[in-house]
Amino acid sequence: MAASWRLRAVLSSRMSSKAPSSNSVAHARRIVQQLKVEAGFERIKVSKASADLMTYCTENARNDPLLMGIQASENPFKDKKPCTIL
Amino acid sequence: MAAEKAEMDALKKECDALRTQIEAARKAANDGSMSAAAGGVASVGRVQLKLRKNLKGHLAKIYAMHWSADSRSMVSASQDGKLLVWDTFTGNKLVAVPLKSAWVMSVDFAPSGNLVASGGLDNICTVYNIKAASPKTLRELDAHTGYLSCCRFLSDSEILTASGDTTCCLWDLETGKQKIIFTNHIGDCMSLALSPDMNYFISGACDSLAKLWDVREGACKQTFSGHTSDINAIAFFPSGNAVITGSDDCSCKMYDLRADQEVLDYTDSSLNAGVTSLALSNSGRLIFAGYDDFNCHIWDSLKGEKVGVLSGHDNRVSCTGVPEDGMGVCTGSWDSFLKLWN
Repeated sequence: MAASWRLRAVLSSRMSSKAPSSNSVAHARRIVQQLKVEAGFERIKVSKASADLMTYCTENARNDPLLMGIQASENPFKDKKPCTIL
Repeated sequence: MAAEKAEMDALKKECDALRTQIEAARKAANDGSMSAAAGGVASVGRVQLKLRKNLKGHLAKIYAMHWSADSRSMVSASQDGKLLVWDTFTGNKLVAVPLKSAWVMSVDFAPSGNLVASGGLDNICTVYNIKAASPKTLRELDAHTGYLSCCRFLSDSEILTASGDTTCCLWDLETGKQKIIFTNHIGDCMSLALSPDMNYFISGACDSLAKLWDVREGACKQTFSGHTSDINAIAFFPSGNAVITGSDDCSCKMYDLRADQEVLDYTDSSLNAGVTSLALSNSGRLIFAGYDDFNCHIWDSLKGEKVGVLSGHDNRVSCTGVPEDGMGVCTGSWDSFLKLWN
């Protein structure tokens, strides 16, 4: 999808010419620094993560109109039919 | 020169070692599959939503839409060069904002409802006051060197942007200046989403990675891989502990932030179209994903199964949104229409 935007950008001449990193050692140091941050992350187990996500869904299901369904009388998007008083 | 090469080699070795360490740590935390665990959860059955409104008004492809916090107004952006603000209860157009540049890619509504923002190929994020007698340009945020793919208000005084120049940026709307520039992606940034507590945001890019950032520190905290093409859409699970991504590789994925890894993949062999947009229902159980195949497919976020489809558009679904009260879904398309479903 982005490819079509990049093509349009080129055609409308607003593409930046990104200057190549002049100091590739500095760039590599930054990558290592970032990886150190990410490696230091304390992960929880997937089993616990899944359990918490499932609990959240089940606890909030009743507050989810798209899941529970919406009464016609309370549906803000439903076109109201005109009433005729007989 | 030799010293520099030696250092580069050492750094590359360190990089590889760290990547291996991260993968091993993720594997160690991966003690069971999410979809297996969800076997015990009741099925949602077939989700069949009806088309309630077809909003006509734009004259060209719609690229973006966003709900107001009041769950009633909604703003849409089209390459006909206009933003339209709609009253979705009546289908009436409330405000039309003419754009300087018709090549718009993103639109957002400020939580206050006073401001809307848009941007695209002009590389600029323009903020408009729509409560004035006629829409007034408040700010033109011009510093990105690539297209503006996404913009999200934190408040009337701060906005986050994502750009084709591979950076995201936090702007001060009072001064019109950049506060923080978030650099780490190596591909065009295509989408961003704010965490429910607004302390973090997540970005998706053409480097097929999703990154979690601390809004105030400016630092990239975590990186999620797995997709094999551009990530076009991204959203937080309502608890704030997971994110959902949608990609040109035709899949959506769920990444858990605390487990730091992918926990579910939403793919179907019959679905060979890229994902353009996505939105979650209020409990997070349903994922509404817009695809290039003209449909919005509905996924059970826990079981990873397709549970429904919203069909009716005559072209690519480019944007999808669920309002804060969760009462419906809006889809916008290149066919120039917006549809409301519930």
